[in-house]
Amino acid sequence: MPQSADRVLDHAPLFREPEYQEMFARKRAEFECPVPDDKVAEQGEFTKTWDYREKNFARESLVVNPAKACQPLGAVFAAAGFSRCMSFVHGSQGCVAYYRSHLSRHFKEPCSAVSSSMTEDAAVFGGLQNMIDGLANCSALYQPDMIAVSTTCMAEVIGDDLQGFISNAKKKGSVAEDFPVPYAHTPAFVGSHVDGYDNMIKGILENFWKGAERTPGTAINIIPGFDGYCVGNNRELKRLLDLMGVDYTFISDASDQFDTPSDGEFRMYDGGTTIDEVKAALNAKGTISLQYWNTRKTMDYIAGEGQETATFHYPLGIRATDALLMKVSELSGKPIPEAIRLERGRLVDAMADSQSHLHGKKYAIYGDPDFVQAMARFVMETGGEPTHCLATNGTKAWEAEMKEMLAADPFGASAQVWAGKDLWHLRSLLFTEPVDFMIGNSYGKYLERDTGTPLIRLTFPIFDRHHHHRFPLMGYQGGLRVLTTILDKVFDKLDAETIVAGVTDYSYDLTR
Amino acid sequence: MAKLRQIAFYGKGGIGKSTTSQNTLAALVEMGQKILIVGCDPKADSTRLILNTKLQDTVLHLAAEAGSVEDLEIEDVMKIGYKGIKCTESGGPEPGVGCAGRGVITAINFLEENGAYDDVDYVSYDVLGDVVCGGFAMPIRENKAQEIYIVMSGEMMALYAANNIAKGILKYAHSGGVRLGGLICNERKTDKELELAEALAARLGCKLIHFVPRDNIVQHAELRRQTVIQYSPDSQQAKEYRELARKIHENSGKGVIPTPITMEELEDMLIEFGIMKTEEQQLAELQAKEAAAG
Repeated sequence: MPQSADRVLDHAPLFREPEYQEMFARKRAEFECPVPDDKVAEQGEFTKTWDYREKNFARESLVVNPAKACQPLGAVFAAAGFSRCMSFVHGSQGCVAYYRSHLSRHFKEPCSAVSSSMTEDAAVFGGLQNMIDGLANCSALYQPDMIAVSTTCMAEVIGDDLQGFISNAKKKGSVAEDFPVPYAHTPAFVGSHVDGYDNMIKGILENFWKGAERTPGTAINIIPGFDGYCVGNNRELKRLLDLMGVDYTFISDASDQFDTPSDGEFRMYDGGTTIDEVKAALNAKGTISLQYWNTRKTMDYIAGEGQETATFHYPLGIRATDALLMKVSELSGKPIPEAIRLERGRLVDAMADSQSHLHGKKYAIYGDPDFVQAMARFVMETGGEPTHCLATNGTKAWEAEMKEMLAADPFGASAQVWAGKDLWHLRSLLFTEPVDFMIGNSYGKYLERDTGTPLIRLTFPIFDRHHHHRFPLMGYQGGLRVLTTILDKVFDKLDAETIVAGVTDYSYDLTR
Repeated sequence: MAKLRQIAFYGKGGIGKSTTSQNTLAALVEMGQKILIVGCDPKADSTRLILNTKLQDTVLHLAAEAGSVEDLEIEDVMKIGYKGIKCTESGGPEPGVGCAGRGVITAINFLEENGAYDDVDYVSYDVLGDVVCGGFAMPIRENKAQEIYIVMSGEMMALYAANNIAKGILKYAHSGGVRLGGLICNERKTDKELELAEALAARLGCKLIHFVPRDNIVQHAELRRQTVIQYSPDSQQAKEYRELARKIHENSGKGVIPTPITMEELEDMLIEFGIMKTEEQQLAELQAKEAAAG
């Protein structure tokens, strides 16, 4: 046997040893009813054709690898941005394990959330008792300042009424009458995590704003939206706002919660918007949403409370950052300082330096609607073409807005928008209308393997690379980082294509 | 605009809820009220007399055709009927499959989010037979119906159902604002029907809002897919429905938290009124029958 106690082989080299290879072959021949290799290869080739693409796009009752998650994930993320706030998901336990692991795998940080652990009896009799016991336990065990309740499919199908349940639980003494328990119905079978985010933020604002009198002030609220790069982005935005001297409040800021230091103290809660800040946010002059498709209901609600509102699509790159800063300047009356103007100039300079390597490059971009919109715009700013823009959770309205944006730019002329499509659709697109690079999340690595299209990881979730989220994508500094990330991939690809000595190394150059 | 008033009609299946509610609403619209009907019954028959049509396409039926609820427009699901009454039906699955309760939740959320509740004075929910799960309690959640009207008659099962619905309301009344508006007795010509209805109302701590007498003109109108108000506006029955509408309109804010009774109390009451026999009576009758046969 190749394995010995003195020299332990990792599984990867171990499985390549003859003993294992022989065992795999025998297993396949005897138990797996194998289809001949040439048949498999033939079918594999067929999936690369236009014929297959047409069949693939005619798919009605099957989704393969959707680029979206479910509502409660967004609600849990939103709640994590509030100070000492515990997420309480009313429903079955396994769902909550998924939200926690999904966020942990991306941020490489612990993620706390509790479940009301509904089982079959709760499905029959309703989950009221689970709510009563759960709120009492959560409050006693984890001493939160607020408990944010969302729901899984199970509670939604049986029609559990959160408002009524929470009110009953308070009457039974689970938590004090004045203890904040904002809630949001987040049926996982409707919409996606961006809607869950929206519902939870709105639920929290309503909880603290209802019945309060608004005294208009001069501060600005910022709602970031669901953002896997919140750690880098929120800190970068705060730096810019501080440079401008703006009085601002982030409504939901998970940047510290998902980036706790290792200094010997475990922090179950860290940072985030405090209850007092949420209450005071009602009096702000206006609220800026950084991700429109994440905050549609919330922004309607805020506008109805009498505030000015402005929405963006993940402000990234030159024009989007310009627009954000000018809006902040307009709302706050604070000018944009010279230091920021210089940052802008440096980003423009960097983009100009690399122009020859970026011009005409074709991209497939997938992810949340706001991110895809932002990245398509940035790519066009670098002279690239966003050939395929895909958002599984993109709506018809998103598709229309995207098409309008692309049509207004010569680099968007050949771009196609794919709302509601999944990553298996994207696979067909990459075979039939290939691009140079793919921009998305870790799930794209299987498309990279199948199609050979290099993947640039720039959005949530990133499970197979570490610490990307600690650096910003937004603002001019963020733009610099996005630019560098794309260029690294461009040069890596160029190097790989020219690396064989004496065969392809005519331009395996030291200087690019 | 005055504050939006939301009411709901509940009651045993087949009791005449849809007929009563549509006639009442047709009378309310004559009083100048702007009305939205939300049918919450998979049978989808809560609007046919107002629309003068067979059955209206339901929210869920159209959503299933379009792919998802998000693909619907409000114009697709909202039809305008008698004197501008806005009509919607939630719809639901075929009997024996799926989850009709979730359908009600989905449909009501869709209507609310897409502005169906804007610019109306009244929203009226017409809900099927029994409150069997959380979905059918959707109309009595916080910020939905303020008053529930239970349609009943002098039959035993209708009285059971009315008491059960009162139990459902009680469950939500303490955590929210829902109240029992009162009972509406739809005459079946059973013995001592009015007295019985009044007695039940007294036990539940509410009013008997109106006793609607039986009249074949209702069936004649229904055959023509019309309310009596529309079919025969000067008839005595039309006056009865106008009276009911007026009473409901004036009952705003006067709902009560019901005091439902136990099964034993309900059975005692039925025995008292001669609707139900005691076990002793039943046994005696059985023995007499057996003796006669033997």
